[in-house]
Amino acid sequence: MKIVRQSLMATLFLMIVCGVVYPLVVTGIARLLFPKQASGSLLTARDGSITGSWLIAQGFQAPGYFHPRPSASLTADGSGSLPYDAAFSSPSNIGPDTKQEIKNVTDAANAYRKENGLPAGASVPIDAVTASGSGLDPDISLANALLQAPRIASARKIDPSIVRSLIDRVKDNPQFGFLGATRINVLRLNLALDKIAPKSTAKP
Amino acid sequence: MIANDWIQILVSLGLIVLISPLVGRYLAWIYQSPHLSLEKGIYRLLGLDADREMGWKEYAAVLVVSNGFFFVAGYLVLWAQGVLPLNPRHLPPLSPEVAFNTAASFVTNTNWQAYAGEAQLSNLSQMLAITFLMFVGANTGLASLVAIIRGFVREGSATIGNFWSDFFRFFLRAFLPACALMALIHVEQGSPQTLSTSVTAKTIEGASQTLIVGPVASLESLKQLGTNGGGFYNANGAHPYENPTPLTNTLEFLEMGVFTFSLPFFFGRMIGRPRQGQVFFAVVFALYVAGLGLIEYSEKTPNPLLAPAAVTQKTSPLQDGGNMEGKETRFGITQTSLFSNTTIAATTGAVDGAMDSMNPLAVLVYLVHMFLNEEPGGKGVGFAGLLKEAILAIFLAGLMVGRTPEFLGKKIESREIKLAALSLLVTPILVLWLTGLSLLLPAGKSSIDNPGPHGFMEVLYAFASGNANNGSAMAGLNVSTPYYAIAIGLEMLFGRFLPLLPLLALAGSLARKKTLSENAGTFRTDTPLFVLLLLGFMVLFAALTFFPPLILGPILEHLSIVHNIAF
Repeated sequence: MKIVRQSLMATLFLMIVCGVVYPLVVTGIARLLFPKQASGSLLTARDGSITGSWLIAQGFQAPGYFHPRPSASLTADGSGSLPYDAAFSSPSNIGPDTKQEIKNVTDAANAYRKENGLPAGASVPIDAVTASGSGLDPDISLANALLQAPRIASARKIDPSIVRSLIDRVKDNPQFGFLGATRINVLRLNLALDKIAPKSTAKP
Repeated sequence: MIANDWIQILVSLGLIVLISPLVGRYLAWIYQSPHLSLEKGIYRLLGLDADREMGWKEYAAVLVVSNGFFFVAGYLVLWAQGVLPLNPRHLPPLSPEVAFNTAASFVTNTNWQAYAGEAQLSNLSQMLAITFLMFVGANTGLASLVAIIRGFVREGSATIGNFWSDFFRFFLRAFLPACALMALIHVEQGSPQTLSTSVTAKTIEGASQTLIVGPVASLESLKQLGTNGGGFYNANGAHPYENPTPLTNTLEFLEMGVFTFSLPFFFGRMIGRPRQGQVFFAVVFALYVAGLGLIEYSEKTPNPLLAPAAVTQKTSPLQDGGNMEGKETRFGITQTSLFSNTTIAATTGAVDGAMDSMNPLAVLVYLVHMFLNEEPGGKGVGFAGLLKEAILAIFLAGLMVGRTPEFLGKKIESREIKLAALSLLVTPILVLWLTGLSLLLPAGKSSIDNPGPHGFMEVLYAFASGNANNGSAMAGLNVSTPYYAIAIGLEMLFGRFLPLLPLLALAGSLARKKTLSENAGTFRTDTPLFVLLLLGFMVLFAALTFFPPLILGPILEHLSIVHNIAF
């Protein structure tokens, strides 16, 4: 009987400490020290409305914007596909030896070549044709960005070298010089584009 | 591979080798020093007599009963989610079988997820059920290890310690402060930590986007440090909010390793033979490094089936190459390999990339890690499993030379061998029988997502993960069906407690024995020869038991890819 009473007391105590006090104390300190990050690294427009998060991919489609990696994220109830919506993050979960994977990659590579005016058989970076782990990957590889650059330049009627130097300026090197891959945040890159070239020309 | 891949791997391995002995020493202090006044206050408040010594039966009873209460409390919160506060999205409660599966999953430190975090749980459930169970599940594992170690330390003793004292010492002096500190670093790097739940954004191109936020960072650090693994989001550590930068990714796999890799050193200090701790570390580290090598090799290798699509799969300064399906650009292959190898070896089960899309040799490594389940293994119970393997290996060595085996001065006799073997048999029975059963039943087969050997692996992986209290998944398999929710739910409970109780009994039996002094005939267990003996025993046992399913799954799939056969 004593075991039961002690276990019950410990359960209540630990539930309050672990489930209430710990997250609330961390929340309080986090809001004080890192308010931007704590609320989700949100991006606010001039009128105060929220236009996204620096950390979450957006499904850019216009030819004048850089495009993110393919997304396999789902609708909020998980019943269907809703790329780039962050209500239900998901990878594709497709195995490497399946006909489905070969078809997905082949289709994506053909679409990528067509969109960017590449000749048939031109090699496409692997990150541009595979779904990311979360469906919300905010980054693309440099190879991917450089292949998209001519399309951006012609849609915005600017010199391709301007786009390439922008890529070089916005790219993220490995953290501390060695952690992770060199990559480029698509949202940051597109916002930087809008700054240097008028937005009207970006519309399809 | 490029130079940067090698640097990341060597730095990470170096950090594990440097940090683990220090943490092991700290843990030994925690368990060898008097109660702190804070601890005494808590024991008084809760009416726990933390100084009263318990025999193994009482220790096991307190462990089981308290975990029963933790389980029921967690279940009730998930089941009542619909009427509880902090649920502005009006999420319905989990179905009874998924709530059962989830409570079983988190109390056993498995963190198998038959639900999708951001879509199905309110912030209150994430805190009061998930965060709570993550803490107590992991803490119970560590406490049980301390009791098992006392079996080796004590002589002629009928008791193996006090559960509550073992529980609260680690909780207050290491676990809770480490989680809070690391959570703040995760926030600094970009993980949300807020009580609000969702933000609707209007994107640059005018589309609507739902961003789910919440107390993510506090759950994240705990998920890694407790080798729990259950993510706030469905995509787990691949989600940019859970794991925003390469630094958080590195911290996360070090967090998984920090307490687990320190346990061999902790053990060495507790029994007063530091060399023995180094020997055990060498065993788990060897298996860990071997696994990492094969995963990195497999994931970096271009997939020949994709050759007709004309894609660049080679790593260059402009892109990371290899199998990028289901991986995040900021991590690339190497960070993902480091993370995946650690998450399985330390039985965390968090992932930062899709396990279901990984190449077959990588999945082979994950399965073998889960079958071994003790290198370095989850909070406490993993290392306890290694001690059990050591006892069996010494027994075999003793048979070969024809003398009574001894381990650390304790005679290993019939009762100890029976208990160790009983504990060892749980894994093959649960994993192989349940996999076989599921492949016979329509309810088991209908959940399979991928065709061919890959589909078979999804089922094998699910039961290997549930039994090993790992919790990672080849997530294509639909496990929220009543069949899988209940089968894996029961398996997690059996996989946790069935091997653990015989080990507590074993500790009770060892504590009662005399400690013999060493002589010229003693088989030394702190030598490189013993490292080889133990490695050989572990690998042989796993190979004999699990070779058939490994051939039908990852090995068959690997050979198909090499020979250009798709399913």
